[in-house]
Amino acid sequence: MRDFSYLRANSVDAACQAAALPGAMLLAGGTTLIDLAKCGVTEPETVVDISHLKGLDTITVDDRGVTIGALARMSSVADHAEIKSRFPAVSEALWQAASAQLRNMATIGGNLMQRTRCPYFRDPANFPACNKRTPGSGCSAIGGVTRGHAVLGTSEACIATYPGDLATALVAFDATVHLGDRQVAADDFFLLPGATPHREHAIEPGEVITAISIPASAAAGRSTYLKVRDRQSYEFAAASAAVGIEFEADGRTIRDLRVALGGVATKPWRARAVEEALKGKLLEADIVKQASLLAIEGAVDHGANHYKIELAPRVVARAILKVGETA
Amino acid sequence: MTVHEIRTRQSESKRGDASDGAIFAEAVGGRLSRVDGPAKITGAAKYAVEQQLEGLSHAVLVESTIAAGKVRSIDTAAAESAPGVLLVLTPDNVLRLNTATDWLGTPPPDVPYCPLARDITFSGQHVAAVVAESFEQAVAAAALVKVSYDETPAIVDLDDPKAGDGIPVDTMTKEWGDAQAAFTAAPVRICAAYNTPREYQAPMEPHGLIAHWQGDRLTVWEPSQWLDGMARTYAEWFGVPFENVRLVSPYIGGGFGSKAFAYGYGAVAAMAAKMLGRPVKLAVTRPQTFTAYGGRAATRQTVALGADAEGRIQSIVHRGVNETSVDGMWVEPLGSVTSIMYATPNFSSRQNVVRVNTVVPGALRAPGENPSAFGIESAIDELAYEVGIDPLEIRLRNYAEQDPEVKKPWSTRQLREAFAVGAAAFGWSKRPREPRSMRDGNQLIGWGVAAGTYPVRRAYGEAMVRILTDGSVEVESSSIDMGQGTYTILAQTAAEVVGVPAENVVVKLGDSRYARAGVTGGSRLAGVMTGAVHKAATAALDELVGLAISDPNSPFHALQANTLVVSEGRIRSPRGDGPDVSIAELLGSVGREQIEAMGDTTPATWTAEDRYKNNTTITMALPHTEGDYSRHSWCAHFIEVRVDEDFGTVRVSRVVSALDSGRLYNPKLAESQWKGGIIMGIGQALLEEGIVDRRHGRIVNNNLADYLIATNADIPDIEVISVGIPDLHSSLLGGKGVGELGIVGVAPAIANAVFHATGKRVRDLPITLEKLI
Repeated sequence: MRDFSYLRANSVDAACQAAALPGAMLLAGGTTLIDLAKCGVTEPETVVDISHLKGLDTITVDDRGVTIGALARMSSVADHAEIKSRFPAVSEALWQAASAQLRNMATIGGNLMQRTRCPYFRDPANFPACNKRTPGSGCSAIGGVTRGHAVLGTSEACIATYPGDLATALVAFDATVHLGDRQVAADDFFLLPGATPHREHAIEPGEVITAISIPASAAAGRSTYLKVRDRQSYEFAAASAAVGIEFEADGRTIRDLRVALGGVATKPWRARAVEEALKGKLLEADIVKQASLLAIEGAVDHGANHYKIELAPRVVARAILKVGETA
Repeated sequence: MTVHEIRTRQSESKRGDASDGAIFAEAVGGRLSRVDGPAKITGAAKYAVEQQLEGLSHAVLVESTIAAGKVRSIDTAAAESAPGVLLVLTPDNVLRLNTATDWLGTPPPDVPYCPLARDITFSGQHVAAVVAESFEQAVAAAALVKVSYDETPAIVDLDDPKAGDGIPVDTMTKEWGDAQAAFTAAPVRICAAYNTPREYQAPMEPHGLIAHWQGDRLTVWEPSQWLDGMARTYAEWFGVPFENVRLVSPYIGGGFGSKAFAYGYGAVAAMAAKMLGRPVKLAVTRPQTFTAYGGRAATRQTVALGADAEGRIQSIVHRGVNETSVDGMWVEPLGSVTSIMYATPNFSSRQNVVRVNTVVPGALRAPGENPSAFGIESAIDELAYEVGIDPLEIRLRNYAEQDPEVKKPWSTRQLREAFAVGAAAFGWSKRPREPRSMRDGNQLIGWGVAAGTYPVRRAYGEAMVRILTDGSVEVESSSIDMGQGTYTILAQTAAEVVGVPAENVVVKLGDSRYARAGVTGGSRLAGVMTGAVHKAATAALDELVGLAISDPNSPFHALQANTLVVSEGRIRSPRGDGPDVSIAELLGSVGREQIEAMGDTTPATWTAEDRYKNNTTITMALPHTEGDYSRHSWCAHFIEVRVDEDFGTVRVSRVVSALDSGRLYNPKLAESQWKGGIIMGIGQALLEEGIVDRRHGRIVNNNLADYLIATNADIPDIEVISVGIPDLHSSLLGGKGVGELGIVGVAPAIANAVFHATGKRVRDLPITLEKLI
């Protein structure tokens, strides 16, 4: 960790100005920034503390949906009564993320900005090659320990998994990220690595996440987040799925379906092929299982992560059937 | 705040409520809660590296980034000119240290010891260190130290083609009968390989120390399972008398075998403190806990069982391999359970060690017995299915009525009782024979059983007991409490012997100035130290009663009694006639400030040198098969797992374990230790694995987010049942080992349950989901 300057922003505008400084990074809950600074991965020249900004932690619900202030804590959002009833997948994704201590500190805006757990990314002293850290330096993960790495959305430059749970639910339900006045669809906010894995988010210098909004929908109201992992708590997903269903009036035919995958891709992964394949179909186990295989179309493994290709469709199918079968 | 202050406060707060007396008056065998608990949960307990010292400076290690080769050069210029830097240590400017005697008492070679390496034998080896005014400055400067290497190919693990078959360890060979011929001739044969990965102790409190020299006297605050052993190492490194080194370690945040020795980083800190003339703190980071000392070695075992058609074992052929480092030796005794668990007329066990580029492995809860049990207790389960009998029945059919290896009777072996009691509590008789017979929706349910054992490691101990002016009792020992309850059981022992409430006993541990003690490891401390405290307290009581009877100023002088009784802190005649005075009143009457008695269990013939060896090596310990008996703790685990059929995830849903640790000095604490071992065993079975990048020979999951230990969510209710009886062949007060027993057999019980649930036999730990989908 090297010395840095510390600025405490008094307003969103001041935070935006400070965030435009070269080498500036925002500090909210600190659970990612400080962790990565200790690893030597981030070396900010200026830390802009936005944790004291007023009015950015509110949660507003109306008929159109919910708007969550960027500084709302993960635990507050997870426990919010209307988020639990109208967006259960969002609440469940948050409850299954991280640990109680982290959820009490980490903010929703910061959660979107969390970085990958790729062990090669996190250890610059031993693994200097990392295109995400140092563009053009290479990828240490390819050919190494890849059990946790992505099978979808990878490139020759990077196979690091997007680690978050919340964003998987956000992408499934067409959430929008508010960068002050500019709004970006959550699905577009997260970038594929391609040849530029160091660019992870569609956020420009001088922009600050101020809120996230999720439109109300019948599918969001009947939704779940299913997370599969070896350890029951405090582990990243081996594979996860955010799923929501709206039925036709018959209660059996799928009118609207939302499916997104976590733990298997380089960004939160919307599985539109599964959605399209099942819309208009009856909710039957065989049909659902067959369609769920579309979730991993184009998947490429790197050896030890091959199991994710087997696992992900099963997680999707289970989540769809679970939501569909709940009255 | 010390334990004493905490406890005084407790008793004050409870004054006036007579019902509280019973809680604190508990003697040996009572369920007294941990007396150090309040200090720990309130944060009042001050751990070693939390000491505040004037002029404290901070050391940070620089570690090798290659697994094999040589350091070509170290550029320290940038680090030396960084803000706050006091010293950059490299192999070029270290103090010359001596090589120290090891724990086995091996005389050291007359070559210097350098804790910073030029020859690199593993990734993460210490190559340099930076000392600065602040921790942050030391961290920043350490990142500026530029090390260049000449790298050579590394042997990364047991599977490396360069690793070879290794070195035979002849002392591990155990043979009787003709095992190979009997196996070949047996009507039923199974043979399989069982593997365990590198595992780590992962104590909540990472390692570290503060070293402080005053002239040629060194004080080290460091979490320690062995103050005297570590003090000796520091003394020999620096060429000062043993008595000049003081180790202080009042609380330890978990050790699990990892805190018994002084390691290289300790030498670095003490050396820097000497060179700078000011105290140095060195806190090992969590990632460094994976390479600054060793975890459990990766192991491979092949177990071949030959049996008759009824499942009676005719032969066991066992071959084991564990990894060790390039320049150090660690033997994980893989045949230790294999050779004693079942009766067999023919037996062969041999073991090799294979050198790979790793830090030298070390002790982790039940070294040897733990992986050994995974092999034999999985194999006998496989044999049960092969023969077609119940896995519990096959264990009873092959029950060893005496130690099959040394052919001596067991001191006590309540294993049959453990099987019976555990099976009844678990409901084993309702178990369907066939795998995949039980299901709950997507969950396949399986039941598994396995046995465990750990030898009774006996040693000699000493303790100081004082009866103080106010009638309270003080116990002193340089042994330690790393969470297992030493403070508590020694208070109970002294309280029972002297006849005072346990709350009036203050136990002082963790300072090498106190009565000397050997290692806290191998589950020996409770047996050794309750015996020593019992002796010392008895001597103190005898002196107290002697004074009361014979001192002319004693109120009992005129009574002409032969003896007196002391209970609840008061002295009376056995018949109840005559005076009834408190200990404090008696000491006041006879004008004594205190009574002080050393007690020990050591042979009367011992010299000072013998005592020194007893406290600083393990050479004076008694073999568990010494004399007429073979002494072991025993247990049986009954475990239910639920395996998600689609996802391969395994969850332990029920554990019932019946355990024989002999007499329990404090059942509440023993149960906690057993449960702790079982919890650790669940993590070992399902989660724990040091993952090596085979291109670099480096552990890549060196943190607690990626090296998975069990969380509360992974642990169901655990029922533990004591089936032990006092075993006076094992210890003065009848206890056998507790601390390591609980983990032994958990992993095979889970693997056996997973087979029963799924029909898939997993022989490589941990049982992660991709092995089952």
